[in-house]
Amino acid sequence: MSNAETANYNGRKWRKPPFIKNPYKRWSLIIISVVYVVAAFATMEVDWQRAYEGLERGANFILSFARPDFVTRFTEISEGIIESLVMALAATVVGVAISIPIALGAARNISFLPIYLICRMIIAISRALNEVIVAILMVAIFGFGPLAGFITLSFSTIGFIGKLLAEEIEKSNKVQAEAIRSTGSSWMQMINYGYQPQFMPRLIGLSMYRLDSNFRHSSVLGLVGAGGVGATLNTAFSRYEFDTAAAIILIIIVLVVLLEYLSSLIRAWVQ
Amino acid sequence: MLRLENFTKQYATGDMALKGVNLEISSGQVVALIGPSGAGKSTLIRCINRLVEPTSGSALLNDINLTKLSSSALRKARRRMGMIFQEYALVERLTVMENVLSGRLGYVGFWRSWFRLFPQKDIDEAFRLLQRVGLDHMADKRADELSGGQRQRVGIARALIQDPELLLVDEPTASLDPKTSRQIMRLITELCTERGLAAIINIHDVALAKMFVQRVIALRSGEIIFDGSPEDLTPEVLTNIYGEEDWEATIKQEENGNSENGEADKTVKDK
Repeated sequence: MSNAETANYNGRKWRKPPFIKNPYKRWSLIIISVVYVVAAFATMEVDWQRAYEGLERGANFILSFARPDFVTRFTEISEGIIESLVMALAATVVGVAISIPIALGAARNISFLPIYLICRMIIAISRALNEVIVAILMVAIFGFGPLAGFITLSFSTIGFIGKLLAEEIEKSNKVQAEAIRSTGSSWMQMINYGYQPQFMPRLIGLSMYRLDSNFRHSSVLGLVGAGGVGATLNTAFSRYEFDTAAAIILIIIVLVVLLEYLSSLIRAWVQ
Repeated sequence: MLRLENFTKQYATGDMALKGVNLEISSGQVVALIGPSGAGKSTLIRCINRLVEPTSGSALLNDINLTKLSSSALRKARRRMGMIFQEYALVERLTVMENVLSGRLGYVGFWRSWFRLFPQKDIDEAFRLLQRVGLDHMADKRADELSGGQRQRVGIARALIQDPELLLVDEPTASLDPKTSRQIMRLITELCTERGLAAIINIHDVALAKMFVQRVIALRSGEIIFDGSPEDLTPEVLTNIYGEEDWEATIKQEENGNSENGEADKTVKDK
């Protein structure tokens, strides 16, 4: 390139091109967003009087964290915690086992269209229904107790693991799998050798994450009668035993932190 | 041994990658396939073992028409065609030994391969091949711990353990330095001679190709425009294949024989 050519660029301005090129579209989108947010805040009704009265009750509750009572309801608390842990672990194992074939079916790069659509539909249904709603339905079918909670958590695990694992499989390096396919392997062997090594670390990480979120969810499910420590927590609240409730919440926090730590160890180990 | 008749591939986008290629390769013959990027070299060898489905025409391996095979018969046929890839295409999280043994997947059942219980004669052969390519001490290393040249050697062992009659080699040296490139090309051609294998080697580096093969085929826009011995690759022929450029360095390269000082062609190649 000669000097004469480059000279023409002296003083030429440059700015990063905007994400939305059309200025009318860009500015109208910005204005609509701002108007929407302002309108949303304006229509929110807040009863400040009620909030002020509630402050005292809230303060009581928070203060009770300073004197958690682990002892009075020790039997109920420990039974609830163990039930929650069992529920969470069983639901994770069963949920992950079911979601692996569904994830394989829901990965566009290795699946056939009809199977893909069916698997994506199962995942969508599982994700659309909140745990509490499923739990209410399961309690209606199976009655009160941890069975309803276990089925609820397994069901929602399928949506979570299925979706994220399918996306991981779709991101896999295709050539590695092609190399396996070119040796004359069957479809199952191609999955086992070509894809599984690629998605396994992610699957383990997701399963560990799901174990601790299943445990957290299990404490909510008790509120609708689906077993676990949530039932104990609910009873404590309705008896105004805030110190017992505080004890339960503290135990949940500690266990979640421990699970989180365990999962980070395991994820580092499988890299 | 391999005969392509009116072999055609049209991609879904409408691009004609191969326009009626006719080609015959006899048993034990090693052929270099050259041509500019996008000429259809990769597509051609991927259509032979149907990693990419050809649109029309036929590919006959020992008079079996590969394009008409059912999926199980195709898996059997693929066992006789070893493939070597540009980016090695090793499964990175598997060990060297698992990668080599994956070449036997077409011969062993799913559960044996799942539990990595390969027949002892396969394991013996895997160790023999690793020794032949100089990596027997690396058997339990993970593939992603190896250097580029070592990975390609594992790739070669994986192709050879299939007990193939034909090697499909896709840019084996494109990711390697000049010296390793020569060693890998030498290894591939030596092994072909030892075992009487035919091979199609896609290669960018014309000078390197001329050093190691007796027959060169050139593709341009999906058509064969040259088929002859390396000596016939005159500047006029190369201009016809790649376009106008000074080809003297590339041609002189070959006269330098095995001296390892050959980067002169790089600038031309990367044009």
